[in-house]
Amino acid sequence: MQRRDFMQSMALGTSLLLPVGRSAWAATGDSPTRQKLVVIMLRGAVDGMNVVAPVGDANYRVLRPTIGLDKPGVENGALDLDGYFGLHPALAPLLPLWQQKKLAFVHASGSPDATRSHFDAQDYMESATPGRKNTPDGWMNRLVSALPGTSTPSRALSIGPVMPRILSGPSTAINLPNGPAATRPDLLDRPAIGAAFDQLYAGHERFGRAYQDGRSAHKQVMEAGVSKEMMAADNGAPLPYGFPDDAARLATLMRNDPKIQIAFVALGGWDTHANQGAGTGQLANRLAPLGQGLAILAQRLGPVFDDTTVVVMSEFGRTARQNGNAGTDHGHGNAMWLLGGKVAGGKVYGDWQGVGDAALNEGRDLPVTTDFRSVLAQVAEKHLRLPDRQLSQLFPAMPQKEAGFELYRG
Amino acid sequence: MTLRALACIALLFPLQLLAAPVPADQQALHVLNRIAYGPKPGDIERVTAMGVRKYIDSQLDPSSLLYPPELDARLDAIGALKRPAGDMLAEFTELRREVRDEEEGARKRRQQGVGAMSLQTSQARVLRAIDSPRQLEEVMVDFWFNHFNVFFDKGEVRPLVASYERDAIRPYVFGRFRDMLGATAKHPAMLYYLDNYLSSAAPMQQPNKPKPRGGLNENYARELMELHTLGVNSGYSQKDVTELARMLTGWTYDKKALMRDNETFRFDPKRHDRGVKLWLGRQVGDEGQAEGEYALDVLAMHPATARHISYKLAQYFVQDEPPKALVERMARTWLDTSGNLRSVLRTLLTSEEFMASDSVGAKFKTPYQFVISAARASATPVVNVTPLLNAMSGLGMPLYGCQTPDGYKNTQEAWLNPDALSRRISFASQLAEGRLPLALAPAAPAESMGGNMMMASTPASAPAPAPAPAAPPVRLDSALLGATLGPAISSRTQGVIAASPENLRAALLLGSPDFMQR
Repeated sequence: MQRRDFMQSMALGTSLLLPVGRSAWAATGDSPTRQKLVVIMLRGAVDGMNVVAPVGDANYRVLRPTIGLDKPGVENGALDLDGYFGLHPALAPLLPLWQQKKLAFVHASGSPDATRSHFDAQDYMESATPGRKNTPDGWMNRLVSALPGTSTPSRALSIGPVMPRILSGPSTAINLPNGPAATRPDLLDRPAIGAAFDQLYAGHERFGRAYQDGRSAHKQVMEAGVSKEMMAADNGAPLPYGFPDDAARLATLMRNDPKIQIAFVALGGWDTHANQGAGTGQLANRLAPLGQGLAILAQRLGPVFDDTTVVVMSEFGRTARQNGNAGTDHGHGNAMWLLGGKVAGGKVYGDWQGVGDAALNEGRDLPVTTDFRSVLAQVAEKHLRLPDRQLSQLFPAMPQKEAGFELYRG
Repeated sequence: MTLRALACIALLFPLQLLAAPVPADQQALHVLNRIAYGPKPGDIERVTAMGVRKYIDSQLDPSSLLYPPELDARLDAIGALKRPAGDMLAEFTELRREVRDEEEGARKRRQQGVGAMSLQTSQARVLRAIDSPRQLEEVMVDFWFNHFNVFFDKGEVRPLVASYERDAIRPYVFGRFRDMLGATAKHPAMLYYLDNYLSSAAPMQQPNKPKPRGGLNENYARELMELHTLGVNSGYSQKDVTELARMLTGWTYDKKALMRDNETFRFDPKRHDRGVKLWLGRQVGDEGQAEGEYALDVLAMHPATARHISYKLAQYFVQDEPPKALVERMARTWLDTSGNLRSVLRTLLTSEEFMASDSVGAKFKTPYQFVISAARASATPVVNVTPLLNAMSGLGMPLYGCQTPDGYKNTQEAWLNPDALSRRISFASQLAEGRLPLALAPAAPAESMGGNMMMASTPASAPAPAPAPAAPPVRLDSALLGATLGPAISSRTQGVIAASPENLRAALLLGSPDFMQR
């Protein structure tokens, strides 16, 4: 999509917000599901040092002579955040949120476990028990059961054809397919077919529950009238298939169905071992739809964005030095992103020690100075208002309880 | 005997005491579900008559099983099956050159050409999976491709996938693991996918000269140990990853020589790191390509590899949590036979654990297994595989479309979710009602060449509007389908179906809870 089309669609979205956001006000009542959480996981280890780049560090371009971002002011250079850090230019759609102080980053954060295996590291980030592989459930699933109030099937949802580890467990969570099929009628909506299959799956020991959850969720989604509203908002020019489109659908769904409280989306393709590019190129091409989608999510959530925190995280960071192929290999610390109406944004948090050779972990990557769980714990405690007792069940055996900074205003 | 003594014996011999014998037709179904993609009409009777043991033997050594002439004819018509890797890559490169040409004709040629390449590869895979009498061979091709996964939407992988499967996977599925390991390590699809083709010794910087290009890339070395052989947490360190990467520097291909002469692999001594390496406690000197070969030798016969892959096989064929004793026996066979995969499979398939009653139906079908087994049971002649490929994509398992090197999982936990069941039921209903355009010649495929820009949230092939079937849809005969599936359908399900309208019965069979498992 061209930048101009995108800006137009943003503008259109704004003008349509009030007339079609019919149940937006219902969601702002003080219900137990009022405070929302959206987690976006970047599978494959996004290069956090080029997302929030330490362009003010003298060693940055020494480590990354060809893939490092140029300083602000140069074409395709970083976008200035605070005079030291610069945002990747492909994330320009997020700059307004930074300026409104609704976007923050926690740098040099991540899992204390030293693994550089994508699959183990993702597992640990989703179970929130680094180093322990046999944790049966994901932390977002534990969160569902810890939150006050009764749950409906759609309280926790994932966008995508498979149920992610992070939402797996005893509490009900549903998943919706990517793309417009998520909010369209399906064959089981035909009464005769639906009735026959309902009977076939009723009380079935192994699959009965998944079947029933799927049907209830589908019904709830259909009632939210998302499909019609999406078409109106798109004004005949639907967003390209992919994250921006899914983000728009998720936002509309969350605004229209106040019972949805936590949501998860995973995006892949960040494992940039070769030719990752700098201000433009491979990584830029992946970041662009992510930035667009997040901006659309924030914007189409409308008033609900005030009560929402969006967390973007990835299993580990990448090597501080570029490798022999203008790419980066598996590293350690990364940046977590936080967006939301009440996030104390406009700031890069964390115990940042620079990227001088001596500051690097094992001489190759960023250290983890903030445990990702301490960030999530603050989101759960301050934003979702989870009591202490529940917190220790959500993140068992967490060594670093306090992040050492306040991510929320007031 | 006291109750307590009985309980003790039950604990000691749980299998023998508690497992009811599996009836012969159930056994036939079980074996068809596991070493084949489920029964076709008449299969259960055929396997029951010949005996499961004999069926397993014939599948383990399938050289005498010939393709039916129709399958041969269809495969003959698929050009990609026979074309050398270099030839395909040359065409792909030519097509991509036209990317810059925005003239409408050029765009269309590119889309059709690039789309046709992967469609042909997928078509051959799916037609064989449905119709090959060497079913276990097809099951193993899928298993090993997935084990040594490459992603068709990364750069130059797409035109190389056909050759990768044909030349690096298929010939070795009943052979030695070391041979398959070597063939994948040297195939340009893998060299490209995990970046080893770029990896070279860290260059020396000369004073007053620009920093030279090139250097180490650890991607392949890490996944080689973590995924292809030893398994994660088997005791190697970050240092071992780097050292192995150094040993493998220079393992590459020359794109021009590949396109011109089909030279699929080249060891480039200029790229090779000639220093001494210390890898897994072994000192490795300057021995050129032999260093990498040595690494593959060590890895292929490492006990951790034997255990890691035996576990994966047992999980695939027996249970999501496979019995430990079985995995140990398989690993022993591995080490005793120098990694002979036929022998390891024989240990697995002739084990008590494989035929145990608590293993029957215990596996939840992956989307691939679900779609292929439905096509087999339906006995619908398939010319156009696109609706089947779309179903796999919609269920989260696009063929050749797994982006990450770990491949797809095959457990219930990975694939059972609320949306999956609704989608499987929709697919089953369309198939049962004859509404999938399977008999049509495939239409020009929609281009899904996102290059490297693909996001995982986008299925590899976006849903394309299905062309209208030429003939009025013909519903599957539910009585025939019921007979094909035999004991797969429980009496409870049979009861509900018998009480349902006739026009829904075939859909209910293929969309039943019973058909979701294998």
